[in-house]
Amino acid sequence: MSLLTASVRRRGPGALAWHLGALVILAVVLYPVVWTIGASFKPSADIIGGLDLFPADPIGDNYARLTEGIADIPISTFFLNSAYIAVGSVVGVVLSCSLTAYAFAKVRFAGRNIMFAIMIGTLLLPYHVLIIPQYVLFQKLELINTFTPLLIGKYLATDAFFVFLMVQFMRGLPKELDEAARLDGCGHLRTYWSIVMPLCRPALVTSAIFTFINAWNDFMGPLLYLNEPDKYTVSLGLKMFIDQDAVADYGGMVAMSLVALLPVLAFFVAFQRYLIDGMATSGLKG
Amino acid sequence: MTHIHTSPGVLAAGDDRSVAKRNGPGGNAPPPARKRRDRGENVAGYLFMSPWIAGFLFLIAGPMVFSLYLSFTEYNLFEAPRWIGLQNFTDMFADPRWRQSVKVTSWYVLIGTPIKLAAALAVAMLLAQKRWGQSFYRAAFYAPSLIGASVSAAIVWRALFSDDAIVDRTQKVFGVEVGGWIGDPAMIIYALIALTVWQFGAPMVIFLAGLKQVPRELYEAAEVDGAGPWRRFFHITLPMISPVLFFNVLLETIHSFQIFGSAYIVSNSSCGPADATLVYTCYLYEQGFVNSRMGFASAMGWLLLVAVGLVTAVLFWSQKRWVHYEEGGR
Repeated sequence: MSLLTASVRRRGPGALAWHLGALVILAVVLYPVVWTIGASFKPSADIIGGLDLFPADPIGDNYARLTEGIADIPISTFFLNSAYIAVGSVVGVVLSCSLTAYAFAKVRFAGRNIMFAIMIGTLLLPYHVLIIPQYVLFQKLELINTFTPLLIGKYLATDAFFVFLMVQFMRGLPKELDEAARLDGCGHLRTYWSIVMPLCRPALVTSAIFTFINAWNDFMGPLLYLNEPDKYTVSLGLKMFIDQDAVADYGGMVAMSLVALLPVLAFFVAFQRYLIDGMATSGLKG
Repeated sequence: MTHIHTSPGVLAAGDDRSVAKRNGPGGNAPPPARKRRDRGENVAGYLFMSPWIAGFLFLIAGPMVFSLYLSFTEYNLFEAPRWIGLQNFTDMFADPRWRQSVKVTSWYVLIGTPIKLAAALAVAMLLAQKRWGQSFYRAAFYAPSLIGASVSAAIVWRALFSDDAIVDRTQKVFGVEVGGWIGDPAMIIYALIALTVWQFGAPMVIFLAGLKQVPRELYEAAEVDGAGPWRRFFHITLPMISPVLFFNVLLETIHSFQIFGSAYIVSNSSCGPADATLVYTCYLYEQGFVNSRMGFASAMGWLLLVAVGLVTAVLFWSQKRWVHYEEGGR
């Protein structure tokens, strides 16, 4: 106690108020996550209505039930599908967006400024104006119920946000480096691959992690394009789960929700610095 | 690493420096070697850009033109589109459910976005002070921004706000009897707004980066002049971070217009009781993919585009009045 009062006196009353404020916000922000963890170990009947954050005697039934799968499909199927799409998206975004960003940041070609303006414009474009025609297009190409509609845009640099992020980063690299490379006879391809790409690692990693998490969380894309349960992603598996057990199985639902979040949470814990700095950079710089 | 020296990047088209340099000293015709290099630069530029160009043509520009055409037709995906002129648009305005979807979405944007941004700014100002544990809090507050869009978060939300669940019980302690928010047509939209406000972390991080750029001397000078905390906030903080505020307002508003997944799941794959969470994109999805009215849904998509375009234009127009860029900016 005396230790606490001493440190408060030393840092002034502002410090105590600051930590109190921060802790209150922390409690509010993390409550849903902590509640989910607690609820996943409760019997279904106690999840709604019970006020305890953690169960008096935790049970593992909810997780055991997940091993039975959902509607005869093992949940590993959903995880493999999601992982395939997420990893495929990451490869596509990193390659295609960095090529495009290199052109905007380092190559002086005619029409660059106008194309940059168009690219930024697509950043503000509501995706929903495109879903009907894109659906018709993929339907005509007989690509419904394949992963192609979910992946193709990633290989064609349509995620303008990541192009923008990489352009910002590449413009911040010292001009002397790539000019020296050019004088030494490196072509653009070589400069891109051996000079710019390695130096851009922070921007690439940021884009890769954001892409993975977005693809993992995506709901509308898979909802539109996948219609056989063995192609379903984790998001759709979750939806199927709540559709078939609307009221009864709260325990399984919460456990599945948490398991579905695990990759996102793991990525977040491992890479939060990159994600936060990347987000911060996007709002700044000219 | 980050510094605000001109407008936020969205506004800066292209790299002006290199253009100035290229048209720079001397006005004489470029030597042949330079000309050859320019041609090489063009080829290289377009080769590097080719994925984006293909993506733009086949997945963005082409579909936009097609969807504009479809919006004047009746089309169910199996028979050829039938031209019906403006009928989709007149049908839309006469459709009470469409009007409901506009109302729900506007309410969601108008209430949710300001609260979310105010929360983000308040917390950013708290975290801008140098204290022990600062970066831990920053990370913890950012986390919901990443999981908030997932089906998991929407499911948890439904559980937290349903009848007799934790939110309901907490209210009873304070003597407020409303029952669960999820089953109540008047309240479910606020559960959805709470879900978006909970994700204040992303704009918070951007505000925080902006706040770090405000020179300390300004505050010290104001304090010497006897300015209180409110005056300092309105006369120093707010103007100095206005470019960042503009960026956040723009992005959050545009995102809010397009909410789909969380609304769809929170209201149990429906539109909530009495269409209370029938957000615009849910209705677009229902008309297009459940009722096979692709023409009608395209028309809805175009109106959404127009609405977002108008809001963007108004924001850009208004920024002259309230967004302050530092000297040397545009």
